[in-house]
Amino acid sequence: MDELKKTPLYEAHIALGGKMVDFGGWALPVQYSSIIEEHKAVRTACGLFDVSHMGEVFILGEGAFDFIQNLVTNDITTMTPGRCRYAVMCYPDGGAVDDVLIYKFADDRYMLVVNAANTQKDLDWINMNAPENVTVVNESPLWAQLALQGPKFEEVLNAAGYEGEIPAKNYTFTEHNTVAGVDCLVSRTGYTGEDGVELYCKAEDAMKLHAALLAAGKDIGLLPCALGARDTLRFEASMPLYGHEMSAEINPVECGVDFAIKFKKPAFIGREALMQPKTRQRIGLKVLKGLAREHMPVLMNGEIVGFTTSGGPAPSLGGNYAMAIVPAEVPEDAVWTIDVRGRQIPCERVDLPFYKRA
Amino acid sequence: MVPNDRKYTRDHEWVMVEGNIAKMGITAHAAEALGDIVYVELPVVGDETAIGESYCVVESVKASSAVYSAVTGTVTEVNEELDAAPELLNEDAFANFIAAVEFTEINEDELMDAEAYEQFCAEEE
Repeated sequence: MDELKKTPLYEAHIALGGKMVDFGGWALPVQYSSIIEEHKAVRTACGLFDVSHMGEVFILGEGAFDFIQNLVTNDITTMTPGRCRYAVMCYPDGGAVDDVLIYKFADDRYMLVVNAANTQKDLDWINMNAPENVTVVNESPLWAQLALQGPKFEEVLNAAGYEGEIPAKNYTFTEHNTVAGVDCLVSRTGYTGEDGVELYCKAEDAMKLHAALLAAGKDIGLLPCALGARDTLRFEASMPLYGHEMSAEINPVECGVDFAIKFKKPAFIGREALMQPKTRQRIGLKVLKGLAREHMPVLMNGEIVGFTTSGGPAPSLGGNYAMAIVPAEVPEDAVWTIDVRGRQIPCERVDLPFYKRA
Repeated sequence: MVPNDRKYTRDHEWVMVEGNIAKMGITAHAAEALGDIVYVELPVVGDETAIGESYCVVESVKASSAVYSAVTGTVTEVNEELDAAPELLNEDAFANFIAAVEFTEINEDELMDAEAYEQFCAEEE
């Protein structure tokens, strides 16, 4: 574990009894108490995650708007300062470099939040495509990011003495808020399918902010939550995870994030490829008896037609589920099974997302 | 903590022998290491198993783990309760067996008593 990268909250994870694992080169906890308990805390009260491993890449300069507009699938024309937008960076063949969250500060100042394991690859891709009137700055090591997720997040913020404006609308953010004396950028975003915020602060302030939020949430049902619950939460909400539902081999159209692909935009990298008729789609399966995980063969009417991209329990719904990539055209009455270690496990096709908050 | 009415394997399984029937399960230590158990792929009555062979797969939220047999023989009973309530293994792994096997062979030499197993766990930490 010694050679792994540590987030600014490493000591907090150890003190909280986190079960540490190697997550893409980062030492991070997979659970503190129980993945299912942590999962349920987020659905019913609140959970606090360390997501400082995520990358923060700033795009600065007069060419920033045009550059990003060409770099990603979504349209940033309608973004005003203080807004966030989900988008995908694609290769010319449509394959995904990464999925990103874009924060707009000004026409010449944006932040892209990228997946930890992809940070260097993304930087290389961004730099390779960046024109002269754009400056790309990797600020990842300077920032800590905490995700405070769950219906009681506002209660926790207030109990922690939050000073400033809590972003009211989804996918917006506010700057220069103060919690426990720590200056934070706060966005109404998350990766759990639940209401909540993500807080960005300076790396050196992370321990203070984390401790203050945990203390404030103690009587509100807040639990420290780790990667295991982050995965079951996003899985249950059927949000794609790069490397699983989306990758260089699975493009965003196949992944089904159509809301983030704007073909009305005259040009962006990968546009032509993504406009071709889609041959594959992502579907949801309820696993009726057994448990499937990623990369297992998926059979339709007894023939292998695809593979699972994620699989596991959906703790808030009960039962086990899987997401799979299968042909774009499949009959309504198809019979689905997943090959789990040579056994055909019966499944039922269900709509995505599995879980939707009321 | 570890009951002394049975024997233990190095893979953190327990085996309790009554006559020619061996009841088998996983230890609390194993259940704790696995975390929340969400599915148990039980064997079927009549299945043949052998010493060191996987006769069951326990699925936790994050991982699949094979459970190995301490005996050679035929499955005579499975704990169907685990089908609906796999979390029983987290709640009390020693009170919930996985399968009972009518055996012809048991690897006595490899098995540990409670005291030796506790020491084995302590050394593994």
